[in-house]
Amino acid sequence: MTSPPITQILPPPQTTVAPAEPPRRSAWGRFIASPWASFLLRRAISLVAMFFALLIVAFLIVQLIPGDPAVAIAGSNATTVEIEALRTSLGLDLPLWQQFVGFVGGVFTGDLGTSFMYGQPVATIIQSRVPFTLALAAAAIVLSLVIAVPLGIVVGVATRAGKRSWLDATFGAVTGFIDSVPGYIMATVLVVLFGYGVGVLEIVPPAFSARMPVASYVLPVVALAIGPVCTVARVVRREMNVVLEQDYMRTARGWRLPAARRYLGWALPNLLTSTLTLSGLVLTGMVGGAIIIETVFAIPGLGTGIIRAILDRDYPVIQGLVLVIGMMAALVNLLVDVILGIADPRTLGGHHE
Amino acid sequence: MSELMVEAKGLQISYGWGRGAVRIVHGVDFTVERGRTLGVVGESGSGKSTIAKALVGSLRPSGGSVRVAGLDLASASRQQRAELRRRVQLIPQDPYSSLNPRRTIGQALAEALDPRGANVARHRDKIQEWLEVVRMPADTIERYPHEFSGGQRQRIAIARGLIREPDVVIADEITSALDVSVQAEILTLLARIRAELDLTMVFISHNLAVVQEVADDILVLLHGEAMESGPVDEVFAHPSSAYTRKLLSAVPGGPGFDIGAGVRAL
Amino acid sequence: MSERRNRWRWNAGLVIGLALLSVVAIIAIVAPMLFSDAANIMGDRSQRPSGEHLLGTDAAGHDLLLRSLVATRLTLLMTVGAAAISVLGGIALGVSVWGLPARGREVALRAIDAIVAFPGLLLALVVAAILGAGGSSAVVAIGLSGIPYFARLTANLSAKIAQQEYVATARLMGVGPFTVSVRHMLPNMAEPLLVLAASNFASSLTAISALSFVGLGVQSPQYDWGKLLNEAIPSLLSGKAYEMVGPAALIIVTGLSAILIGDGLAAAANPNARSRRAPKATSHAPLPAVAPSSDALLRVRNLRVSFQGKEIVKGVSFDVARGEIVGIVGESGSGKTLTAMSVAQLLPENLQLTADELALGDIDLRSRAADRDVVHSMSMIYQDPGSTFNPSLKMGQQLTQVLTQHFGMAAGAAKKTMREAFEKVRMTEPDRRLRQYPYELSGGMRQRAMIASALATRPKLIVADEATTALDVTVQADILRELVGLNRELGASVMFISHDIGVVRELCDRVVVMYHGEVMEVLAADDLTVERATHDYTRKLLAATPELAIDWETVGEEHAR
Repeated sequence: MTSPPITQILPPPQTTVAPAEPPRRSAWGRFIASPWASFLLRRAISLVAMFFALLIVAFLIVQLIPGDPAVAIAGSNATTVEIEALRTSLGLDLPLWQQFVGFVGGVFTGDLGTSFMYGQPVATIIQSRVPFTLALAAAAIVLSLVIAVPLGIVVGVATRAGKRSWLDATFGAVTGFIDSVPGYIMATVLVVLFGYGVGVLEIVPPAFSARMPVASYVLPVVALAIGPVCTVARVVRREMNVVLEQDYMRTARGWRLPAARRYLGWALPNLLTSTLTLSGLVLTGMVGGAIIIETVFAIPGLGTGIIRAILDRDYPVIQGLVLVIGMMAALVNLLVDVILGIADPRTLGGHHE
Repeated sequence: MSELMVEAKGLQISYGWGRGAVRIVHGVDFTVERGRTLGVVGESGSGKSTIAKALVGSLRPSGGSVRVAGLDLASASRQQRAELRRRVQLIPQDPYSSLNPRRTIGQALAEALDPRGANVARHRDKIQEWLEVVRMPADTIERYPHEFSGGQRQRIAIARGLIREPDVVIADEITSALDVSVQAEILTLLARIRAELDLTMVFISHNLAVVQEVADDILVLLHGEAMESGPVDEVFAHPSSAYTRKLLSAVPGGPGFDIGAGVRAL
Repeated sequence: MSERRNRWRWNAGLVIGLALLSVVAIIAIVAPMLFSDAANIMGDRSQRPSGEHLLGTDAAGHDLLLRSLVATRLTLLMTVGAAAISVLGGIALGVSVWGLPARGREVALRAIDAIVAFPGLLLALVVAAILGAGGSSAVVAIGLSGIPYFARLTANLSAKIAQQEYVATARLMGVGPFTVSVRHMLPNMAEPLLVLAASNFASSLTAISALSFVGLGVQSPQYDWGKLLNEAIPSLLSGKAYEMVGPAALIIVTGLSAILIGDGLAAAANPNARSRRAPKATSHAPLPAVAPSSDALLRVRNLRVSFQGKEIVKGVSFDVARGEIVGIVGESGSGKTLTAMSVAQLLPENLQLTADELALGDIDLRSRAADRDVVHSMSMIYQDPGSTFNPSLKMGQQLTQVLTQHFGMAAGAAKKTMREAFEKVRMTEPDRRLRQYPYELSGGMRQRAMIASALATRPKLIVADEATTALDVTVQADILRELVGLNRELGASVMFISHDIGVVRELCDRVVVMYHGEVMEVLAADDLTVERATHDYTRKLLAATPELAIDWETVGEEHAR
């Protein structure tokens, strides 16, 4: 051939970037250069941003009360003197920006105000309640993932390409039905089934009992997790069906790779990305679900705390709890993204829109 | 020399903004005279589709100048841009997504004539006229896209591109998604229309043989730069750019095509 | 009116769902008219279910069944209100995001994502804290808190629609953004949006009842299902579960009906999704041995492939001799790809294959052949290099698996073999490529990788299905060169499927022309000209193929310079 060699005609193709091999680095240096560093940095920044957003929202709760906040808080029976005293003590007569600065300053010094109802510092209330909610939400989230993902994979593989339509229909019906039962109703059903009649009352208490702290969590965790298990299992199953239809699975079949390797080695890694992304919402929703479940079982956590506070119009407590519950949800999000990053390092790069 | 319908000088186009901006087209010059067809060829990443988008006003050039039908794209006012939209029309590549599945063909063509109202009744005659030009049956006007094949949909897309009687038509890979026999019909149709209407066209394609059949002049692009331009038969017969030669020799059955298949070790 | 593209198919779920919802709606309308006074009568307290009170009475002596039925109207009204706020607000927000310029759109989507990251209930509680407890504030709270999620879903749908050419074309023609949304985007999103709305209705019901359940929703003397549940809690803990039955059952039934309707709508609009029913297992009894009809390497006689009883490949026969390159050419729908997949034993599971003979050497390909035999004799190269490789595995990882699995190589030896194969196909930086993910390689490089893998397994037959269709013409020439190299070096036969007659004529020794599932003719590549082809279709195909007409000699001279 007499045509000039390729390298003289064509500049390097645009699609592949070919930087020089980096020089050898220390462990710390490698970390800084890895996508994890920038990912964690970005998430740290966004956590801070979310915290500030929550601060603003918490602050605005009092400001946005229709009518005169001081009147609303003091109640309909308060005298004008009492209302004015309340206004001054809450700082409601100060300019808005000053109030906000005071509020933020308080948060950073750990002073979240004092409960109207109980006179205790809000920080103390939060401290005493956090462990209960954390235990409930964490246990439920772990349980959900551990059950739902393998279940969805198995059903997805078993029902691929229209096989075993009976399994398809049964799985769909059962999960659909359980999914449509709200968590708090599921909780009461569980209490009825297991709380009494079977003599299990002593083993699995229907309400939080300080005598049996661990056993008290069995029913609440199951009640909280059972709906999400069904939702996530359906998502996993659907994604598995989608993944199994992809071209690269055909390549694996062409190479006659054994079934276990095809499903676990080829399908599963691609499954995790979309599954975790879709399930992330379900999991953060469980933080909300925990709030309601706590009231059924009288668990003294953040959920019962905030509901009581709203009913009592105990605003300092409301504000503090909104902050804490919000950050809890943000942390669940971060956790999901970290798991996602471990499973598929390409997602560390940022938004894939 | 007859009137220049498109005149590009040092055309530069980038995607994105700020630090993430990527320059796709680096200083390209070309012209299109009235009544002639310019074929724009290149492989992936050559920038040919990007130039098409700039010509129809979908992308703003980031440097250089391009005048279409006498109006400068970069400095056009809002009114001038609206006018440009009438004067330059696009025929897109994918026949399966270029028509709204929920609207009839008549509505699609009426919308081209009258974007705001899209009133079929008022423009019925004109729509029928153009459907005839592209040899589609008269009842097409009431039917929906899914009732037609890919080739028929491209005819409709051509009618839609021409119904406003634009000065310049941009055809972006309009036969690339079609079977070869259907492609042949579309090319025949195009040849007839070009002759009848004295059309000025910019025809983008990656297929050199098709471009040779359709175009009068050719512009060869590589990674956003112009490698060569000129009358198509001349460029093909006497390519001055090594890349053009490489392209030509890569066409199966073309000159210099050699993949070693002649000698076989059986 | 001409027929729509998708025929509407009623299904069991949709019918049941609508029936249930209608019953609930009737109760909502009728019950308060008939029973609200009766429901307020305070009789004997906390009675168990009996003939007089079918669900018993509550702590104040009200008949529970009547209370549950009467509460239907208020609950449904609140649910519809909240769902309307979420759905309409979400649609407006989600669609308008797509009217923004690209930069604004990204910011808006990120903002929505950030809000969606918080549980909806938290947002609802914030609104409830501001507005105080009560039925209307519950509706506003749940309605507003549902907007971000629904907006995100709508934005996702809009993204898919916005990619369609007709949207871009409309914008180019000067249609205003609002008109584009209403005329082009929303009608094409209608079905999925309805499904999402049904789902939103169910979740709004749950959420509103939850708020009432914890006491933040409807206040006495009004009552909805959630409030009734709330009143029943003390009885629950003292063993009187029957108080919950009425409202709980109604919540479950209503929620279930909404979900059934949603799923039913989705299934009705997409009847194809269900029709991929797997056929009854075909008998796997070994087929009677067939004497080879020729001494060719690959023998295909009367191959037929059908889908749900309809034949797509209708009796195809041809041979591929040892060391021969045979092309199969045809337009879309000709059945050429199915023929290739039949040979490769990679037909989708819902297609049926029969043949008088389908054999590669000694291997009968009509029933599933032994892994080892197949992998040692055949190699595949597919069309779209973008989807052929597993995006989650590195190139080296995936390419070596067939070697370690079926060729008895250890991991290290397999890697070395692949590396050598990469060098053979002139892949740049072979070591680095093995460590990269598929998306880091260009299309041409990925095809080279596929060819390298064929080289490494040293097959007797290579099945190349539109292997160069997705490649640039210069890259195509290189890849074709590699294929010829494989043929020469290994003596491997090649079955090359393509729609491009020009390529096939240059590459192949013989060509099989297919049309609508049948073989039109088989001819030598040299005979693939309008003058020498015998069949009408072949001539038509050749006449339609544009050819580069260049003065050979002139260019040849310049080329040689």
